[in-house]
Amino acid sequence: MSIRTTESRPVRVLLIALALGFMALFLVLPLAAVFTEALRKGWDAYWEALKEPDAWSAIRLTLLTAAVAVPLNLVFGVAAAWAVAKFDFKGKSFLITLIDLPFSVSPVVAGLIYVLVFGAQGWLGPWLAEHDIKIVFAVPGIILATIFVTFPFIARELIPLMQAQGNDEEQAAQVLGASGWQTFWYVTLPNIKWGLIYGVILCNARAMGEFGAVSVVSGHIRGQTNTMPLHVEILYNEYQSVAAFAVASLLALLALVTLAIKSVVEWRHERELKAAAELPPEAPSHAPTHAPLVLKEAP
Amino acid sequence: MTSATLPVGTVPSAGARPRRRVLPGFHLTLGYTLFYLGLIVLIPLSALLFKTFTLTWPQFWEAVTGPRVMASYRLTFGASLIAALVNVVAGLLVAWVLVRYSFPGKKIVDALVDLPFALPTAVAGISLTALLAGNGWIGQYLEPLGIQLAFQPAGVVIALIFIGLPFVVRTVQPVLEDAEKELEEAAMCLGATRWQTFSKVIFPTIAPALLTGFAMAFARAVGEYGSVIFIAGNVPMVSEITPLIIIGKLEQYDYAGATAVATVMLGISFILLLVINALQGWQRRRSGDLA
Repeated sequence: MSIRTTESRPVRVLLIALALGFMALFLVLPLAAVFTEALRKGWDAYWEALKEPDAWSAIRLTLLTAAVAVPLNLVFGVAAAWAVAKFDFKGKSFLITLIDLPFSVSPVVAGLIYVLVFGAQGWLGPWLAEHDIKIVFAVPGIILATIFVTFPFIARELIPLMQAQGNDEEQAAQVLGASGWQTFWYVTLPNIKWGLIYGVILCNARAMGEFGAVSVVSGHIRGQTNTMPLHVEILYNEYQSVAAFAVASLLALLALVTLAIKSVVEWRHERELKAAAELPPEAPSHAPTHAPLVLKEAP
Repeated sequence: MTSATLPVGTVPSAGARPRRRVLPGFHLTLGYTLFYLGLIVLIPLSALLFKTFTLTWPQFWEAVTGPRVMASYRLTFGASLIAALVNVVAGLLVAWVLVRYSFPGKKIVDALVDLPFALPTAVAGISLTALLAGNGWIGQYLEPLGIQLAFQPAGVVIALIFIGLPFVVRTVQPVLEDAEKELEEAAMCLGATRWQTFSKVIFPTIAPALLTGFAMAFARAVGEYGSVIFIAGNVPMVSEITPLIIIGKLEQYDYAGATAVATVMLGISFILLLVINALQGWQRRRSGDLA
């Protein structure tokens, strides 16, 4: 006998309709508007806008920024997760709070702090000017600000995953004579691969799309220090709507690809969890952890 | 940080048989973590505080309480509060529908919830503006009714609702999934109506998660810049958000003023971060009690 723990059909239909209506209005419509506005004057105008040299240099700078920021934060994320999840030490929860800090700092403040360190009136300003090195209002500042805002992504994804896994498998590997690197490559890495991919794609999406922090440190020099989001802003403010939305549509495509990869990773992770749950308990648990992947963009 | 003296490498799950540093790499990884954290986050952030300390108290006070700055606080915090409240209601509804009901295309809808995380904020900003402007898809129907959303404080709220939605959905969803159906069945058996079951049994279970989601959406909204500036209109005293005040002061080379306002924002985000951490701890304890 089962008791009906659900609502009557009309209530169900109403709630589903309300939820889908809200999502259509707030999520689907803005997304559709990007592509419609980009193609308002046809494909030719769209290609024209994307072929423009300034648009190209913005695309290149965005790719370069992500190509530097994501690997650096990946190395940090793995190191931080190893230290926090595999060992006990004093001040661990404080360390986790500090790692989270960039999520809660306004992007504008994130940009400002680099101006205060490297700007003309900043700490290192005079020294940098003497040696003719430009950091803010140049490409290095853009990369630094991007590293800051995407700093916690991979670490936050890996820490709970590795904590849930415990140390048993790594210890077994050590007892069997594996070196530290071997333990990491052959035992830890396969177990955290989904979390790692998940963290990397989210980190990449934010790195390519960051606007506020980059806007403060960029200096907005067309063709030189403009990332794609900044280029969108310039075009939009110049009333070049089609061109602005054309570049924006590339960023929207990036968002859709990110969501698609993220969903596939989640589904595969869930399938592995289910497969692991069906194994008899004494079978070697070469299964992934029981911690579900959670999107942690905690501010 | 003297980590060398600390006991390391113990197995948390097997506290009864402590083993000393079975796994390698503690000093390397912790050392690198602290180095990178210091270089990227802590040293630059401390520059903000040092710069603030070069101001005298009256200078600081004047910078952070000027009439234009005060108006921006009212807008930023007011709009963030309204948006986060809307997100609580809408987020609960979406999470509920995604967990409890099945309908075609559910997986796609579920994936789409994270769109605001993945879509660059500037793209969201120009897109929402295009929709709500007087000649936009939505704006053209509202304008004859005398309703204007773009370039008004209302536009700020709408952009912040967009930005904050996933926070509530993604914090409530797992809690709803784990909620025990047996409790609801028991309530129904004891004669509770469906609404009583929801308000007396289900709601208390998900309340901590809802509050956490609210705090996260609020914290994110307070600092948000990219999606807001396009739609806000940025009229001083009316539709100018606090992050824009910082940018405005920077563009006038008023570094001290920008730093003072940024310090206030940083202080508020740090308090919000601590509140969120406390809420998450409460939520974990609650779910621990129930399990």
